[in-house]
Amino acid sequence: MGGANGATFRGGAGVDHAANGFDPRTLLREFDYGTVSTENGRTVRDWTIRAEDRDIEVAPGVVFPAWTFNGSIPGPTLRATAGDLMRVRFVNDSEHPHTMHFHGIHPADMDGVPMVGRGIISPGEEFTYVFDAEPFGLHLYHCHVGPLAEHIARGMYGTFIVDPPGGRPPADEMIMVQHGYNTTFDGEGNQLYAVNGIPFVYMNDPIQVRRGELVRIYLVNILEYDPINSFHLHGNFFDYYPTGTRLEPSEFTDTVIQAQGQRGICEIRFPYPGKFMFHAHKSEFADLGWMGFFDVVDGAES
Amino acid sequence: MSTTEESRDAEVPRNPDARVDAEGPKSRAGTRTGGSGRVPLWVLVVGLVAVLVAALGGLAAYGGQTLPERLGPPVEELAVERTVIAPGSIELVLRNTGPDPVAVAQVFVNDSYVDFTGADEPIGRLAADTLVLNYPWQDGQPYTVSMLTSTGLVIEHVVDAAVATPEPGFEFLGLMALVGTYVGVLPVLLGMLVLPILRRTSGRVVRVLLALTVGLLAYLALDALLEGLELAALSGGAFGGPVLVFLGAGLAFLALTTIDKVLAGRRPDERDAGSAGMRLAVMIAIGIGLHNLGEGLVIGSAYAVGELALGAALIVGFAAHNTTEGLAIVAPLTTRRPSLWSLVGLGLIAGAPAILGAVIGASVDNAGLSALLFGVGVGAIVQVIIQIVPGLRDRTSGRLLDPATLGGLGAGVVIMYLTGLLVAA
Ligand SMILES: [Cu+2]
Repeated sequence: MGGANGATFRGGAGVDHAANGFDPRTLLREFDYGTVSTENGRTVRDWTIRAEDRDIEVAPGVVFPAWTFNGSIPGPTLRATAGDLMRVRFVNDSEHPHTMHFHGIHPADMDGVPMVGRGIISPGEEFTYVFDAEPFGLHLYHCHVGPLAEHIARGMYGTFIVDPPGGRPPADEMIMVQHGYNTTFDGEGNQLYAVNGIPFVYMNDPIQVRRGELVRIYLVNILEYDPINSFHLHGNFFDYYPTGTRLEPSEFTDTVIQAQGQRGICEIRFPYPGKFMFHAHKSEFADLGWMGFFDVVDGAES
Repeated sequence: MSTTEESRDAEVPRNPDARVDAEGPKSRAGTRTGGSGRVPLWVLVVGLVAVLVAALGGLAAYGGQTLPERLGPPVEELAVERTVIAPGSIELVLRNTGPDPVAVAQVFVNDSYVDFTGADEPIGRLAADTLVLNYPWQDGQPYTVSMLTSTGLVIEHVVDAAVATPEPGFEFLGLMALVGTYVGVLPVLLGMLVLPILRRTSGRVVRVLLALTVGLLAYLALDALLEGLELAALSGGAFGGPVLVFLGAGLAFLALTTIDKVLAGRRPDERDAGSAGMRLAVMIAIGIGLHNLGEGLVIGSAYAVGELALGAALIVGFAAHNTTEGLAIVAPLTTRRPSLWSLVGLGLIAGAPAILGAVIGASVDNAGLSALLFGVGVGAIVQVIIQIVPGLRDRTSGRLLDPATLGGLGAGVVIMYLTGLLVAA
């Protein structure tokens, strides 16, 4: 690694996932459906999310004083089906005031912004956000306390998926949240770029997928300070569903661009086995950590 | 010239203790046995030193514990003392110039993370370490090396134009010696060839030439001061930063003044103008020599980073610039007939340091040291100017600044400025 073979951390090393308390390799396919119950014939999903201040090793030997949802960057991927009732109990265990602002459609007092509804949740306090899961698609949640850019750049974001009624076709599903770390806190771009928390992690440990099997990537851009991001896949094309709110793809491509807050679903079948790179096609971001590999292997269904 | 008078009357004892000593060994013995009722001086000195050592030691050992921890994040500073560029790699010699240890966790070059070796442990205060980056650099291109520390701070080092660093072998040192000879020794000797012409001119012309010399030197001093301060800014400040330039200047000034007093004191009978002229010539040569040391440093370090691509043009420029220095050296010698060897000696004193400077500049890429040496050059030149100025005085009118000498001063500055343009490339 290194030199003409491309960007890498010193010695190709990775971070201590155990000490961080989360691992992007498992985060990739982790969907949190919450605690499910039925009230008046309606499916209700309950979650508890805690804001926590946490030092995270974002590159080998580099410690970032993060603010997190449930201790990981990004926060957990919440998942419901259109029409469910979502109840998110937010406990602020951080030393700073925060909120949870959900995208989607909901009443004003559930918007999680200061001075509207319950507004700011101070340290030690809690609040339960209650809203319907709609529309179906791929959405974001993040803290909305000022200065907004800092609260996001420190790590307070995550994704929630609302499945369409009846669901989508079966697939190997994964979540990819594009983001970065401004370790100098100068608001001038970022020193590190990543998907799912740690730069270069899928370079060292390629994502295993099966040849011919449908792969569905929930792709989100929540990059702060240098906000136009992109996703490029080598050797393959994919169907792209912007925001995931329609069931027909808008394009067949190998590269999509997303501004901060944009998201969409990519569906691919890999026809060839082998290692295929994916990365930000803003090459600078790739060289600063936002790149990885798919390792396509022959499986039962190929 | 006027400096010799002061040392004449230095025989009178200046303090009471010296007067007591002058009374002879008996009285000295008397003070030691306490005959005068006073504690011997050495006991006082030893006692005072002991008290100071004990107090400072106690403060170091226990004083710090009574203060709270320093607030705020650690202060992380790294200065790059040397950059060695080899095929496929960039090597940086780092020095921690801040108060806290610095751990270089990762490095990116022009926004791309690179593999590297070195600095596995945090670098302690004033300690040095070497990073070797695996990076496919391109000839002549600029690079920004960003060192990401364990706290997320970024320390940047800019390589203006990447060129393979020459190997410091005998061949290379020989080349530097040759360059130093071209730009230092030869031009100074050439400039000294005007001496026969000077001899046939009047005292008024000599004064104008001395004024011209002051103008030349003043320009060189200012130039070296600015260059030294610029270098000091690069050094990170651990060893004083800009203070280094003034420290070097002050020490050089004091050292040269001392040398001058010693030279003057040795031959108190030869107070004729000829001896004083030779002494002044030697001092001018030393001052110019220390200046040329700084100039050699610039050439050597420029060569080391590949900026001597214009080679010949630069050497011709420096040579033209330095020819005027030979003129300055022989200006005080018009009333004397120095031997050929003493003239060559003067030329070497003034010119040879350029060779030394080039070798140091090419092999030691240390901004702090270079800033100090530039300061030495400044101090030397200022000392020489102070020596020359009394010679500008018109003996008949007693005026220091008449139109002719003022014209000479201005011409000196302008000549240096114009020949300086030749090397601005
Ligand atoms: Cu927040």
